[in-house]
Amino acid sequence: MADTTRPDTARSDTTRSDTTRSGRPRHLDLDGLLADRATRVLVCCGSGGVGKTTTAASLALRAAEQGRRVVVLTIDPARRLAQSLGLEELDNEPRTVPGALPPGAGDGELQAMMLDMRRTFDEMVSGHTTPDRAQAIFDNPFYQTISTSFSGTQEYMAMEKLGQLTATGDWDLVVVDTPPSRSALDFLDAPQRLSSFLDGRMIRLLSAPARAGGYAFRKIVGSTFNLFAKAVSTILGGQMLADASAFVQAFDTLFGGFQERANKTYQLLRAPGTQFVVVASPEPDALREASYFVERLSDEHMPLAGLVLNRTHPVHATLSGARAREAAETLEAAQDDRVGLPYRRGPQDASPPGAELAAAVLRLHADRVETAERERRVLGRFTRAHPTVPIVDVPAMATDVHDLEGLREIGRRLAS
Amino acid sequence: MTDQHWPAALAEARLHVVSGKGGTGKTTLAAALALALAAGGRRTLLVEVEGRQGIAQVFDTPPLPYAEQRIAVAPDGGEVRGLSVDAEAALLEYLEMFYNLGLAGRTLRRMGAIEFATTLAPGLRDVLLTGKVKECVGRTVGEDRRGGRRVPLYDAVVLDAPPTGRVVKFLDVTKAMGSLARTGPIHSQSEGVVELLHSSRTAVHLVTQLEDLPVQETLDTVAEIREAGLPMGAILVNRVRPSRLPATALTGAATGAGLGAGLRSGLEAAGLFLKDEEVDGLVSETVEHAERVQVEAAVRSGLDAAGLPQLELPELTEGVDLGGIYELAELLREQGVR
Repeated sequence: MADTTRPDTARSDTTRSDTTRSGRPRHLDLDGLLADRATRVLVCCGSGGVGKTTTAASLALRAAEQGRRVVVLTIDPARRLAQSLGLEELDNEPRTVPGALPPGAGDGELQAMMLDMRRTFDEMVSGHTTPDRAQAIFDNPFYQTISTSFSGTQEYMAMEKLGQLTATGDWDLVVVDTPPSRSALDFLDAPQRLSSFLDGRMIRLLSAPARAGGYAFRKIVGSTFNLFAKAVSTILGGQMLADASAFVQAFDTLFGGFQERANKTYQLLRAPGTQFVVVASPEPDALREASYFVERLSDEHMPLAGLVLNRTHPVHATLSGARAREAAETLEAAQDDRVGLPYRRGPQDASPPGAELAAAVLRLHADRVETAERERRVLGRFTRAHPTVPIVDVPAMATDVHDLEGLREIGRRLAS
Repeated sequence: MTDQHWPAALAEARLHVVSGKGGTGKTTLAAALALALAAGGRRTLLVEVEGRQGIAQVFDTPPLPYAEQRIAVAPDGGEVRGLSVDAEAALLEYLEMFYNLGLAGRTLRRMGAIEFATTLAPGLRDVLLTGKVKECVGRTVGEDRRGGRRVPLYDAVVLDAPPTGRVVKFLDVTKAMGSLARTGPIHSQSEGVVELLHSSRTAVHLVTQLEDLPVQETLDTVAEIREAGLPMGAILVNRVRPSRLPATALTGAATGAGLGAGLRSGLEAAGLFLKDEEVDGLVSETVEHAERVQVEAAVRSGLDAAGLPQLELPELTEGVDLGGIYELAELLREQGVR
């Protein structure tokens, strides 16, 4: 297991007294993390639909309120959340979030931006070559495919943008949301996939297989490859291969630069000052993804701050579910009896005030206990595999978050 | 009554495409639908296309290979088979049909050549995946040469499709074909796929929950699906929780106003004498519930405006295990799914 690579001290180095009780995961102290000036980059990852963007935005706002100069990079925020961050137009540049901080509130600052992957890609190309060559690349139909539809471009560009934002030194904390991928691991893998795609070896093979590769290679797969190239061009059409080939040639001179930048950003993810926050909901799928991701971070020696368990339903009263259900049944039975009476003999037979309400409330509580128990069981599988990962849970809100006040409330829940 | 949940037209559909916002239970309900449609001794196929092995997880089986295999039996003798389609394997399968690659196919795959070809044209991947689905829908069995009637192998095929953000692009094969050669084997196959997906033999169902964002996304997707000329099926409203509160208490409860006193005397009538903080805890749980019920009512009316058949599935508080899938399938049957 990945956790065996983690030093055992991780469990005992906690400063919070309530975290060392056996069998209980450590508490993730996000306020401490945000207040620590050494934290320069915070990456929020997790599978789709778990609330990564909201978590990223809430953490950024909270850090700004604590006096840090923060920029949050969101990838694909829901429309109303984007509006609340002042991200009505997509211009690929950070903008100050209006109304985030009261005037004169100190040194804090909050800016937000939404990733425009096409524009980020264009800027990268322009930055690495002459205007003429850049134009030739932009005009290639294949570039348009790669820069907008290739699965992995979004992750690559998110990393590139993260690299750019940290390089400016304008902010002392960069919070990044990660793309809504199928799997949380895509964020780490996709840039590599795109790189190997663009390095041109395969395209040269397909367009001129006879000339590419060494002797041994030709001997083994040469003739097969010819056949394959022919088959592929039958399917894709000759024009597509020609475009792709022209693109790769034009791109060749840029490639080294791109690769170097991608490597640098990848290193940034391992550097001191970077922290990963894995976000999950208390559902088996989301926690399974979180588990994979935690193992992967450990393999890559990337620093994991902990797990945010979003939208939990903790119980607010200690009354047991069984007792609540039993009491509800008592009340309901009494009520049914009364309804069945042909006449009322006196005021003592009227329903006690609040009986119907109390029965409903008790049923509700019993449901809630059951839900909370299931959530604990699901989380239990994660904590047994990763006992040293600190966790904070964020109780569900009744409505979706789409304004700054909502983000503040999530921030409070994250920090509690 | 059942007709309004699952109109006759849906009972005629052979291909049921299930999509939904991430996290709403798309795979779970696709599985329950495949099981519900298998009732009465029928045979259905549940297909996934994103390589996540969600079907194997739901049915608690080992990871599915690229081959159809039985994953569940319906209570009265029907059968559900599962298939995890992989674009690269599908491409190899095509190539094998037209070119004799032999063992070399595997070598190409190891080299990454197959993956390269499927990423070269993003549309190719979708064309291959939908092509395989179409092949499953159209496959027949029977005694051909002796003049016996050939019948479809599967009574229905349920596709666990990509989530709402990507589903229309995925199903819009015509557009994807634009990036491919105008002739050739895959092209002609794709024309058949377009025909199937735009016919009444197909129905696209969307899974949602009674929350702001999922409902908004569902409505946006309904518009997109209609614009693309794809046949909309039903909306599957998942994780509906019972409204426990009496209607009279609901509005007051949302603010928490005056809940405490009546509640306490009711609790005492049931023999529960609780501390103040316990009662406060119950009140705050109730307020949360009431707020949620109000949100649900609001989004429900938005959903109703779409004018589509709706099916409701309850929240299974114990979580969804294999037994839960059977329970959900039963509930789908009760609402007319056939």
